[in-house]
Amino acid sequence: MASDAIPLTVHKSSLSVVYQWLATVDHKKIGIMYIVYALLFLVVMGIEAILMRLQLSHANATFLSPQLFNRLFTLHGTTGIFFVAMPILFGFGNYLVPLMIGARDMAFPRMNAFSLWMTAFGGFLLYASIFAGGALAQAGSAPDVGWFAYAPLTSPAFSPGHSTDYWAVSLLVAGIGSIGAAVNLVATVLSLRCPGMTLGRMPLFAWMNLVMGGLVLVTISPLTAAQIMLMLDRYLGSHFFDTDAGGSVVLWIHFFWIFGHPEVYVLIIPCFGFVSEIIPVFSRKAIFGYPAMVAASVSIGFVSLGVWAHHMFTVGMPSYGNTFFVLTTMLVAVPTGIKLFNWLATMWGGKIHFATPMLFCAGFLFQFLTGGLTGVMLATAPFDWQLANSYFVVAHFHYIIVGGILFTLFAAFYYWFPKMTGRMLNETLGKWHFWLFVIGFHLTFDFMHIPGLLGMPRRIYTYEAGRGWETWNMISSIGAIFQAAAILLFVYNMILSYFKGAPAGNDPWDAWTLEWTTSSPPPEYNFAIVPPVRSRRPLWDIKHPEDPDWKYE
Amino acid sequence: MIRVSTIRSASFKSSCQSWDGVRQTLASAVALLFVRQSSRTKTRWSGIRFAAQLVAAILCAVDAASAASRRTPISPTNIFAPASTPARDIFRLSIFGLEVEGAIFVVVFSLLAFAIVKFRRRKNDDDVEPPQVYGSNQIELAWTVVPVLSVVILFLSTARVIYRVQDAKRPKSAIDVTVVGHQFWWEYRYPQYGFVASNELHVPVSDPRHPTPTFLTLLSADVDHSFWVPRLAGKTDLIPNHPNSMWIDPQETGLYLGQCAQYCGTQHAKMLLTVYVQSRGDFDRWVHQQQQSAVSDPSVAGGGVLFQAKLCFICHTVRGTTAAGVVGPDLTHLMSRDTIGSSSVPNTPENLRRWIRNPGTFKPGSRMPPQNLTDNELEQIAAYLSTLR
Repeated sequence: MASDAIPLTVHKSSLSVVYQWLATVDHKKIGIMYIVYALLFLVVMGIEAILMRLQLSHANATFLSPQLFNRLFTLHGTTGIFFVAMPILFGFGNYLVPLMIGARDMAFPRMNAFSLWMTAFGGFLLYASIFAGGALAQAGSAPDVGWFAYAPLTSPAFSPGHSTDYWAVSLLVAGIGSIGAAVNLVATVLSLRCPGMTLGRMPLFAWMNLVMGGLVLVTISPLTAAQIMLMLDRYLGSHFFDTDAGGSVVLWIHFFWIFGHPEVYVLIIPCFGFVSEIIPVFSRKAIFGYPAMVAASVSIGFVSLGVWAHHMFTVGMPSYGNTFFVLTTMLVAVPTGIKLFNWLATMWGGKIHFATPMLFCAGFLFQFLTGGLTGVMLATAPFDWQLANSYFVVAHFHYIIVGGILFTLFAAFYYWFPKMTGRMLNETLGKWHFWLFVIGFHLTFDFMHIPGLLGMPRRIYTYEAGRGWETWNMISSIGAIFQAAAILLFVYNMILSYFKGAPAGNDPWDAWTLEWTTSSPPPEYNFAIVPPVRSRRPLWDIKHPEDPDWKYE
Repeated sequence: MIRVSTIRSASFKSSCQSWDGVRQTLASAVALLFVRQSSRTKTRWSGIRFAAQLVAAILCAVDAASAASRRTPISPTNIFAPASTPARDIFRLSIFGLEVEGAIFVVVFSLLAFAIVKFRRRKNDDDVEPPQVYGSNQIELAWTVVPVLSVVILFLSTARVIYRVQDAKRPKSAIDVTVVGHQFWWEYRYPQYGFVASNELHVPVSDPRHPTPTFLTLLSADVDHSFWVPRLAGKTDLIPNHPNSMWIDPQETGLYLGQCAQYCGTQHAKMLLTVYVQSRGDFDRWVHQQQQSAVSDPSVAGGGVLFQAKLCFICHTVRGTTAAGVVGPDLTHLMSRDTIGSSSVPNTPENLRRWIRNPGTFKPGSRMPPQNLTDNELEQIAAYLSTLR
């Protein structure tokens, strides 16, 4: 192995702390940098959201110009998917997967660093467009084509200047980083498991990262290809999406959603992993139906590759095409339902301890149920002819992305922050954070469904009075303030606890997976000795020698 | 039980009629839950009862808030107030879907709420771990089969509506309109009548006994748009080089609103849709008027000359003159329209003058550039336009 040649004391004496972080190939440092990077962008996209909510709080507002509003929602969406959700999940995957499977590092440490910096560079490019995108065309700065950037709005005729180029190259570069990170996750899970850690005993979080990595490999490639075609169209005179020369807009739409829909599962599947680790520990029970959980996740992964055109019910597909995608989309509900019921069964008969991580997981279960059901409504193609591109859709996917993904991410922060820093996050502040965020979330996104049902399309910088949309929008905007307050509290909690939090010890939650056997934070190569793994819960076996899991599995 | 089923069937019928009906259905469902629970005295129901009370309270509040505006519809763009067959088919399907999904929601939500209340750790709990259960094939099979069944039911009912709406036969009596989306306005061509209108779509009412539906062919002159008038039909995109179609058969005369539903650039928000559904007689009169060319009025000849001299004709058509531009809206019958700027402002003389001077006043980012005119020139052009009836 190449790592044999690297001396263990590298970088210790002569180089500064900053250099140690910038040049590191340690999966834990890389993981933390991914996470911090994503949190910075979370604040940025949050500010963008607040500005938009202020503009939409009442009819015919003039707080933002249409040009600025259009840039804000483009940045908000692009940032949220590519520079918050993806990196933060890669960060947790990077940090936790080697620890959970008893490995010393990721399979390709240097490629790991390379992936991080590519992703970081992508985010930099997106925001560099604010200063560099205008060019001589005086076409304004940041991209304003929307995060799915339908052609031909992205052609030079409709997007002069370079803002769209920055957008395309930013995603291309970040996509290379994502593919690198995914290769690493898949390779690590498949080849670096410690003795005894068979695939059937692996923590569900590691399984979820395997599925997610596989999905990224399949889905980022078409996005990258589409960005290359877009740049060829813009600069080298090709005609992939140039309708005047026989190109096809629908081609772009297919390429984008072949990436775009599985992307949702790329984001939610690792979050299923968080929930599957946290709920058992706080319910004091083993996960219910481990094999079914794995099978459901793998089948969600496969089915999700065949549902993309449910984003295209309004582009004029033939009726049999629409019908096919209705069926595949609805099928996703089956394995998803299995997962939800298995989490319910895990809690059933347990002794649920509502520490902050479990609170966020409980919130997730209710919201994921709701978001899943509105998803089934949207899968009903004729209903989607009404709801597509309306605020109902905006409410639905924020229910999944905020109510599902962000809630489980908060749970993960409260759960693993002690492992990463050696200190507990403050529980009182955590509960304030939870309740403020729950209130804000439901004010904003519950009420956001209604203007959609009343005909309000998304991506409009202002709207007419007298359409019955004002009250609901005002409530949504008020909710945004609550969410912002909760996030500020969370940031404050992290800073405070990092310096003054209660010491965590190795295993503050009395948990069962391998990361809790090592010190907090773990030493450079994780484990001096990897404990024996004879079941899915190696620490349970150690703590309960009289009643170990391996007798039953 | 008798009382329960009466409430249910009555509210189901009314639910097919209006948004109020939907709310009634929900309210009575909540009331049922509430009534049934309150007869129980066991403390473990208190959480659920509280939730039910909360939902009931919210519904009452919503009801009270909307009662004030009961006489005007809750919204002119409400998808639950269909006035045309495609919208009505979608509405029925959506109510059925809401009922199925609502039932699933209530069941699973209650189970979750019950679990987190019932199985939470109590203060006086011992430290003994609860019994460890690893799974159960029978139970897991059960909650695989039930969702599969509900998916099958939803899928079949959905497929039926897809085919009925999308593959409907075009009757011979149908009106054809070709809709062309532009940044940021609508062009309506009436090939059967040989004229072009802009921004305000007129269609005849369709009597179910002698249906005269309107079939729309959807094209785009530049980027993607989407035609969405919620009370008439679902939306369909207008995509360059990819003709689409849809149909409506509005059964009540009146004004129907909507707007572009696919982001199309800076002024996507003010690419509004206005549909006038007229009686057959009114519609025929409107068609006859639109077919006429502009009548030249010698009293505004100066404005007509300026219309050419200031190059307005490059973009706009005034039939009967040499102005034949196709970039902007046809102005032949500008004064027959209630609005300007794709329905964004009322068509008043003052608004028209401000629009010509600088469209950005109303629609920043409009494709029409500001016109560098003296006050006198502006007056003359406005006077000329005001004769285009």
